[in-house]
Amino acid sequence: MVEELAGLVTAAKAGDQAAFEELVKATYADAYTLAFRLTGNEEDARDVVQEAYLRAFRGLKRFRGEARFTTWLYRITANCATTHLKKRQRDRHDVLDSDAGLFDFRPESDPEERLGGADDRRVLHAALQSLSPEMRAVVVLRDVYDLPHEAIAAELGISEGAAKVRLHRARKKLRERLFPLRNEVRDEETARAV
Amino acid sequence: MRCDQVADLLPGIVDGHARAEREVTAHVDSCLRCQAELVQYRKLLKALRHLRTDVLEPAPGTLTAILANLEAAGERGAMRSLLAGRRGAYLGGIAVATAAAGAAGAMVLANRGRRRMRLAG
Repeated sequence: MVEELAGLVTAAKAGDQAAFEELVKATYADAYTLAFRLTGNEEDARDVVQEAYLRAFRGLKRFRGEARFTTWLYRITANCATTHLKKRQRDRHDVLDSDAGLFDFRPESDPEERLGGADDRRVLHAALQSLSPEMRAVVVLRDVYDLPHEAIAAELGISEGAAKVRLHRARKKLRERLFPLRNEVRDEETARAV
Repeated sequence: MRCDQVADLLPGIVDGHARAEREVTAHVDSCLRCQAELVQYRKLLKALRHLRTDVLEPAPGTLTAILANLEAAGERGAMRSLLAGRRGAYLGGIAVATAAAGAAGAMVLANRGRRRMRLAG
């Protein structure tokens, strides 16, 4: 797959439009998934992914092939999503932020067990959507797509230090949201001990 | 060390970017709360990594929209380069015409000069 994409990139860079179309077909679901995770809805994800391919098409000659094409595309998609979300100035996380918790706590639906076992997408997706877009972008790009801190900072237009701070806060929030009951118990225990 | 000091270090230790110092390890070994947090971070980061292979199915029409958008951009680009080419040819034509007019003017002036000299002679 990687070699196949590299061949298509070379052909597309030489002006072969059909090769670029093949590149789009091979990668668009992946790019759309990232756009959806960053924006939180289909409509925005579609707009972002269209813009991302347009920028990729225009900037393909500048792609030097040091990273994989998909990594380069993720960076462009992340950048487009940031711009798009800034333009829209929607704050979708408020509603979810006001929720006390996302789970029920019957033993069979223990989130710790579910995350460790069946990898419940819905639960994790809801937790990700509960974050602000800025925090969500950092944790998705770092912990899901494994982009380096430096690349994340560059695409989001923030310093590397700020990206690390956001990541730390986002992970903490996710953990608290996914395992709220246990944390409350622990906090009470701590308060009692003090 | 206190739990709140250790808690800040746990995610970095789990993702391998921070090294667990001896005193941190000693604290975690003896603290159930921090052990639980460490396990939670492990599960969280593992679940997030698993999302990477979990590709969503794009909304119907997404591919068509992307390709149509690219085609439109390609056509716009082609139109721009065509117009740029025409503009170049137009400007080139003006330059050639100006040069030709200049040369013709110079020839007329030179001929007049020669005629005046002949009359004077």
